[in-house]
Amino acid sequence: MSHDHSIDPNNMPKDPAKATMEGKHKFLGLWIFLGGETVLFACLFGTYLALKDSAAGGPTTQELYGLGLVFLMTMLLLTSSLTSVYAIYHMKNNDFKKMQLWMGITALLGIAFLACEIYEFAHYIHDYGFTFRSSAFGSAFYALVGFHGGHVVFGLSWIIVLMIRNAKRGLDLYNAPKYNTFALYWHFIDVVWVFIFTVVYLMGMVS
Amino acid sequence: MRGWMGKTKVFFVFALLALFLAGCGIENLTALEPKGYGAEKAMDLIILTTLIMIGVFIVVMAIYVITLVRFRRKKGQEDHVPKQVEGNHKLEVIWTVIPIILVLVIAVPTVLATFDLADDSRADELINVNVKGNQYWWHFEYQGEEIQTSQDLYIPTGERVYLHMLSSDVIHSFWVPSISGKMDVNAENVNTMYIEAYEEGVYWGKCAELCGPSHSLMDFKVIAVSPDEYDAWVNDMQNIDTEAEPENAVAQEGQELFEANNCMNCHATDAAASGIEGGPQNNGPFGPNLSNFGDRSNVAGILEHNKENLVDWLMDPESIKPGNKMTDQYPELNQDEAESIAEYLLQLQPSEITPESAGD
Amino acid sequence: MGMTSAQKSGFGATLWDWLTTVDHKKIGILYLAAGAFFFLLGGLEAVIIRIQLISPENDFISAGLYNEMITMHGTTMIFFAATPLLFGLMNYIMPLQIGARDVAFPFLNSLGFWLFLFGGIMLNISWFTGGAPDAGWTNYAPLSIQSPGHGVDYYVMGLQLSGAGTLMSGINFIVTIVLMRAPGMTYMRMPLFTWTTFVTSILVLFAFPALTVGLFLMMFDRMFGSAFFDAALGGNAVIWQHLFWIFGHPEVYILILPAFGVFSEILPTFAKKRLFGYTAMVFATFLIAFLGFMVWAHHMFTVGLGAVANSIFAVATMAIAVPTGIKIFNWLFTLWGGSIKINSAMLWSLAFIPSFTIGGMTGVMLASSVADYQYHDTYFVVGHFHYVIVGGVVFALLAAMHYWWPKMFGRYLHEGMGQLAFWTFFIGFHLTFFIQHFLGLMGMPRRYWVFLENQGLDTGNWISTLGAFFMTFGVIVFVINMIYTTIKGKKAPGDAWGTGRTLEWATASPPIHFNFKQMPLVRGLDPLWIEKMEGNEKMTPAEPVDEIHMPNGSILPLIMTIGFFIASLGFIYQAGNSYWLIAVYLGMAIGLICMLIRSLKDDHGYHIPKEEVEREDD
Repeated sequence: MSHDHSIDPNNMPKDPAKATMEGKHKFLGLWIFLGGETVLFACLFGTYLALKDSAAGGPTTQELYGLGLVFLMTMLLLTSSLTSVYAIYHMKNNDFKKMQLWMGITALLGIAFLACEIYEFAHYIHDYGFTFRSSAFGSAFYALVGFHGGHVVFGLSWIIVLMIRNAKRGLDLYNAPKYNTFALYWHFIDVVWVFIFTVVYLMGMVS
Repeated sequence: MRGWMGKTKVFFVFALLALFLAGCGIENLTALEPKGYGAEKAMDLIILTTLIMIGVFIVVMAIYVITLVRFRRKKGQEDHVPKQVEGNHKLEVIWTVIPIILVLVIAVPTVLATFDLADDSRADELINVNVKGNQYWWHFEYQGEEIQTSQDLYIPTGERVYLHMLSSDVIHSFWVPSISGKMDVNAENVNTMYIEAYEEGVYWGKCAELCGPSHSLMDFKVIAVSPDEYDAWVNDMQNIDTEAEPENAVAQEGQELFEANNCMNCHATDAAASGIEGGPQNNGPFGPNLSNFGDRSNVAGILEHNKENLVDWLMDPESIKPGNKMTDQYPELNQDEAESIAEYLLQLQPSEITPESAGD
Repeated sequence: MGMTSAQKSGFGATLWDWLTTVDHKKIGILYLAAGAFFFLLGGLEAVIIRIQLISPENDFISAGLYNEMITMHGTTMIFFAATPLLFGLMNYIMPLQIGARDVAFPFLNSLGFWLFLFGGIMLNISWFTGGAPDAGWTNYAPLSIQSPGHGVDYYVMGLQLSGAGTLMSGINFIVTIVLMRAPGMTYMRMPLFTWTTFVTSILVLFAFPALTVGLFLMMFDRMFGSAFFDAALGGNAVIWQHLFWIFGHPEVYILILPAFGVFSEILPTFAKKRLFGYTAMVFATFLIAFLGFMVWAHHMFTVGLGAVANSIFAVATMAIAVPTGIKIFNWLFTLWGGSIKINSAMLWSLAFIPSFTIGGMTGVMLASSVADYQYHDTYFVVGHFHYVIVGGVVFALLAAMHYWWPKMFGRYLHEGMGQLAFWTFFIGFHLTFFIQHFLGLMGMPRRYWVFLENQGLDTGNWISTLGAFFMTFGVIVFVINMIYTTIKGKKAPGDAWGTGRTLEWATASPPIHFNFKQMPLVRGLDPLWIEKMEGNEKMTPAEPVDEIHMPNGSILPLIMTIGFFIASLGFIYQAGNSYWLIAVYLGMAIGLICMLIRSLKDDHGYHIPKEEVEREDD
């Protein structure tokens, strides 16, 4: 690898994530990508809303949903968004160790969220026989919530790989943008969940 | 320049000639000679929009031609640099405002007509027909009359007939160009439209949504007869004597074969047979109702109505309508058997009112 | 390190270079080549369709094969011919026009291309594995759900792959245009083709995810037994129509806006006059894009959405006529007062104006919902969208080929053959499609395998088929022209037409590897024209000659794509045989491992040393 004088760990700028052209490209690129993701989830929400009352004799929204678990999941994910903000705060101050620590906490919260979600799905399948195939409502529910879950899995893999890869070499101008874009992505997942919490669970229990 | 213009002119002459030769299509099929309410409403809008658009086209072409004639680079002008014009506010306002006005002129009658054709406030007082689309045939059930028929839809002239349409399989689209525009026939919800024919006639109907290999062969007819004839037809259809034996021996044998080969599993010969159930499942009937088969306008919706074609159909429907649901549903027939069954079916003529009554 | 691959020679090295390239120019050429191949394939399918319809009740091909033919013609032309050909042009030209050395994400650019190509291959494999998709390019459920065999599965996976590639390219172009413009290249100095690339990319970004979701639902229903479109389990097939057209209508603008951009470049160049109403053109582009998302249900007037929805979508659709009209008049007034030189590129552009105006006119006619109850799903619609897509997009592509060919390959296409191809194709085009408007109103629905005798449709169909032969001849002449030019064409200088106005003409033909030796300083709209009018021979540089940072090539995008391709095949066949799940896991593993390598292995690119940069003349 040729020497690259744009990266100098001893002379880090104030906001290392956006100090290089590549960093700026990545950050804007991810923002734009999230625009597309918004449409993707909007379409899934639309499909869910169109099919949520098509239970085809199976369990309905009111029979299925329980607020306690979902509330816990919401708290876990919201908190993880907050901890990723701490991590980025420490990155801007070039404190690599603290950044890794808070990113680690973020990942743990994400894993906890995922565990809850798996428990929830298993509960629906075993206790209600409510599956992806049982009705149009089932298909739409698992498609929407499952796509979100898939995004969580992807985000978790991303941050875990980043943390392991950079554990020894510390922060530099090459990897800082990667952490930064991850944080942005993670916030997006969080926002989507807030909509799922409201549109799927809260509205499902009321109506 | 001459070459360009000359060739364009030749092309337009050719195109006009082509149009002249093709005419407007045949009567009772073409949308260009409307003979019913919906088709007339559509035609009004087609004419309005075409005229406005031709006007726009003439303006564009006039500027276009003048520009090309006047400003084509001429010999000796190769180094001429034209004035670099940025734009012109007045012109730009003109070609923004005028199109907006034209769009409004089109939009208002469009919206009015859209609501007009969706009006079902008087449906209760009028004739209502449940329409079921199937690969590749049409079924009609007259609400409150206990009449079912397939392929030929009888309606009285001068009256709105409401159609409540549902598909038993994939999406179809009900289109009788000379009487009305089309509407899709979905599997999950009933779509309602109305048709009204102004004059008697046998009108061609087409399926207009791709529905499988024989999509292009899913024709049907709307037979518009006078209100009196329509009442007579309803009466005849309600009083079919299902116990009646066919008169000639061949037809009697045909009836026996019809029963022996389980044709009745799918085909009723009684117009009062149980009706279309609502809902998404395909719960029958699985084949066209044959109670007035002898009076059909066509065999299988597309072939000329004669015994020969019917025998061909009975012996190998797949060669006539690929992908149809009748193929292989019954034991293979030999020529004699098929002729007997055809003889039987063709004498199912419960009514005096036939496509001929509609002046066809 | 320096320039590694370019200096090697031999077939193997050249092949490796093309397989690993991240150079936007090479990727552009790859897009063009693959797009041209699929265009010929789609054209062949079109000719077969027209032969089948040459006479009533013809049996040239069977009903089932006919449905496969129309499905593949539409799908191939939209997704694998028109879109990639335009993306090829954008890839090649847009960075040059804004004075950039590459796109923002060269690696993604390469990945986007390979995904598109393997998507197209995936779709066409279906011909050999038991039948192509046969539910129309719109693939409406439940017909598509019930379609036997795996044809529709290939459609779903092929489009999913290529759609992902298209989305990546869209994001890439947006970031490139926002962040990589040369000094002085403000937004309102960008050439119209760059503007339309930008707006098109925004459309891609917001439209393609709808298709992605639709395809996922279709995939789940067909391969994993879900019930989105299954009425018996409460599903609703109309959801597919909504998702498809939320994507599908903007897709029309994804195709036509770059075409508008092409004409907005060619007309000023050959009229020697700046684009009339530049600002209005930019805003009209945005307005068309915005309205393009509000009108999808005009494809669904007959679905039974109700009078309120139909009225709203009808009026919104008509509104699009206004910005489109603005564009037509601006082009006319760009020509007005100019010094118009007519050559092949210009012939296609000039022919576009009346042809596309007809397409736009019938578009407004179709917007009138009640009239559409007659037009819908008939040959009127077929005539309309071919006037828009052939008269707009294909004309633009052919114009662009003539216009930018010397830039891309350093040689001029042969003018005589160019004009011959134009006239035959142009006449054939109007013969084929003009009559179809009347056929539709005379009672001929679209997607009809046969039309019956004695229905007054014979003459019209015969003329239409005749026209198709003319078009075929034109295309063949054009192909010969490309081959001839590659061997013997006249060499072109940097400013190939002498009247170039934009930055791509300030580079060599073809441009050097890193496009610009020094970043040009942009002093206004049409920067090269400004310099020429002031008597300067070339652009003023915005930086001293220095070493240049360039991205490394990579084979990972290709391997990653092959991985997803294998996984897609696995998805298609696992429904019948669970051993195919091995292919799913293997393919996914290949894809993910490539992503992991990309993530773990640092890639800082390389620098071209100053001395080497100095040696190049630009």
